[in-house]
Amino acid sequence: MAKTLYDKLFDSHVVAEENGTALIYIDRHLVHEVTSPQAFEGLRLAGRKPWRVSSIVATADHNTPTTGWEKGLAGIADPVARIQIETLTENIREFGAKAYFPFMDARQGIVHVMGPEQGATLPGMTVVCGDSHTSTHGAFGALAHGIGTSEVEHVMATQCLVQKKSKAMLVSVEGELQAGVTAKDVALAIIGKIGTAGGNGFAIEFAGSAIRGLSMEGRMTLCNMAIEAGARAGMVAVDDATINYVKGRPFAPNEEQWEAAVAYWKTLHSDEGAKFDASVSLRAEEIQPQVTWGTSPEMVVGVDGKVPSLDMAKNDVQRGDWERAYAYMGLTANTPITDIAIDKVFIGSCTNSRIEDLRAAAAVAKGKHVAPNVKLAMVVPGSGLVKAQAEQEGLDKVFKDAGFEWREPGCSMCLAMNADKLEPGERCASTSNRNFEGRQGQGGRTHLVSPEMAAAAAVAGHFVDVRSL
Amino acid sequence: MQAFTQLNGLVAPLDRANVDTDAIIPKQFLKSIKRSGFGPNAFDEWRYLDRGEPGMDNSQRPLNKEFVLNQPRYQGASILLTRENFGCGSSREHAPWALEDYGFKVIIASSFADIFFNNCFKNGMLPIVLSADIVDTLFKQVVANEGYALNVDLAAQTVTSPTGEVYPFEVDAFRKHCLLNGLDDIGLTMQQQDKIKAFETKHRQAQPWLFV
Ligand code: SF4
Repeated sequence: MAKTLYDKLFDSHVVAEENGTALIYIDRHLVHEVTSPQAFEGLRLAGRKPWRVSSIVATADHNTPTTGWEKGLAGIADPVARIQIETLTENIREFGAKAYFPFMDARQGIVHVMGPEQGATLPGMTVVCGDSHTSTHGAFGALAHGIGTSEVEHVMATQCLVQKKSKAMLVSVEGELQAGVTAKDVALAIIGKIGTAGGNGFAIEFAGSAIRGLSMEGRMTLCNMAIEAGARAGMVAVDDATINYVKGRPFAPNEEQWEAAVAYWKTLHSDEGAKFDASVSLRAEEIQPQVTWGTSPEMVVGVDGKVPSLDMAKNDVQRGDWERAYAYMGLTANTPITDIAIDKVFIGSCTNSRIEDLRAAAAVAKGKHVAPNVKLAMVVPGSGLVKAQAEQEGLDKVFKDAGFEWREPGCSMCLAMNADKLEPGERCASTSNRNFEGRQGQGGRTHLVSPEMAAAAAVAGHFVDVRSL
Repeated sequence: MQAFTQLNGLVAPLDRANVDTDAIIPKQFLKSIKRSGFGPNAFDEWRYLDRGEPGMDNSQRPLNKEFVLNQPRYQGASILLTRENFGCGSSREHAPWALEDYGFKVIIASSFADIFFNNCFKNGMLPIVLSADIVDTLFKQVVANEGYALNVDLAAQTVTSPTGEVYPFEVDAFRKHCLLNGLDDIGLTMQQQDKIKAFETKHRQAQPWLFV
């Protein structure tokens, strides 16, 4: 029978199955400091050990500072954050890992940037992490799930996850994206179309010529946002771009195993005629650069659009949500997006902090200057290696000359667990993935955009169509 | 894990869709390395007027009287009634920990985000999906009747209103079994050790590069 990519990945990892609940084997377990301490503590209390230490790759990212690294651990101003970072080091020392990139290691980075960069994410794998954006790794034709802390402990102890198979959804984007329209815009346009609950209960496969045309960085951006569409996982079939990206990475298969691995990976696509439980399609040409206006990623419009008015809401519940969003965001219906002025700019996060993102933003910022009304524009590379690469290419200089701050890698203002946060009422153009109330700091107002659009907004002081520059 | 069988509990209505886990427990409270003590900071930004930080004495903070959970009539509620896609966003298990610590045992909504839904079961809480129409009816009844309580019976898979309407709900057989008996997932999975080992051997032969 013709199988979907999701069928292939799921079925090949089933250890046992009863009444539709399966135990699936986990190949890669990514670990960070915020969702792991209680799991390690659980193991310790029960006298358990990790089942397979070589599956674990760990790093500190969520609350590491992005400045003051010359002071080392002492530079972490928040004592509670420091305890978490140190606790991870102690836990890894006690329990072990295949690799650990602690705070300030040259390879430290956001777990979803670091994993693929190291070749720790491979096609055909099951990947889990105590972080919802684990869906990112699906870009490699892998089955990647974000899990809770109890599940982190469960995977450590048993190498398995209890899972019910999801339904499969095909999201296809055919055609060619306009210049200035990126994977981020595709992701936001999809969420705008199906809603943040649209993917509930589904694993989404992204397909179509526009998706095949994306780089691996772009596919990671897209799969990263699958969780914002409510999906359990997002994925893209393996092709030459996948294989070329993996080749030569530190944890990629060695020369002896390479041919066999590639031969297997090439089978990781949905078969002709495979059945999906739902499908959605978009035309690439119709997608505009996107800007969110509200407090959920589905509250999104094209840059040429306006904040929608209440009569456009589909029901009373949505009307209520929109009214609260206007109030929180300090916006009124029918305001053109390009009239919205901003206070801060954040270029970073596991959605958009890879080298390609920084290149694109730098190309917009080059030779220009951050507008006087913008209090802070910061660039936070996704990992130490991205930062080094960018510096080698002189991107740091482009940003600094344009008035951006160039920071150390980490999650930073994506979730504002470290010192980088919005003050109440501040409005930010952000390349991250969540615009929830308080996400980037209590009372902060987040507008999600692509790196190009964020750089353009920094220069203009308000949202602007990057294609018009 | 604590078992869950039956509950007759006061209902609190949180009339919003897409309530995310950042709202349920803001990130500044995730720095704890413990599992307990998150209850006083559940819905922190909605519940208090000042900015919450770890280590504050929450009993001294100014309450937002407008926020539904602060209304006297909903004190002691153990059932939270809310709208679609509850628990979306971050995978933080601190969200169910906070709700549980606050006193909620059951959450009723027209849909839930997947990871949150899963996380509830791991912590002895029961998330119940009822149709949007039924949820709507319940909202009206809760608001109209002070002291409104629902009876939840997991074994029978029913929610019963004070006037006797019975709303059946679906629950996965395995999760139901674990919850009814308070079974720890890890212990259960460990009973399948032999199968895991056998799978691992086969998997290693097929894809040796996964095991270096
Ligand atoms: S960058 Fe943001 S979304 Fe990504 S892992 Fe870090 S906190 Fe989560």
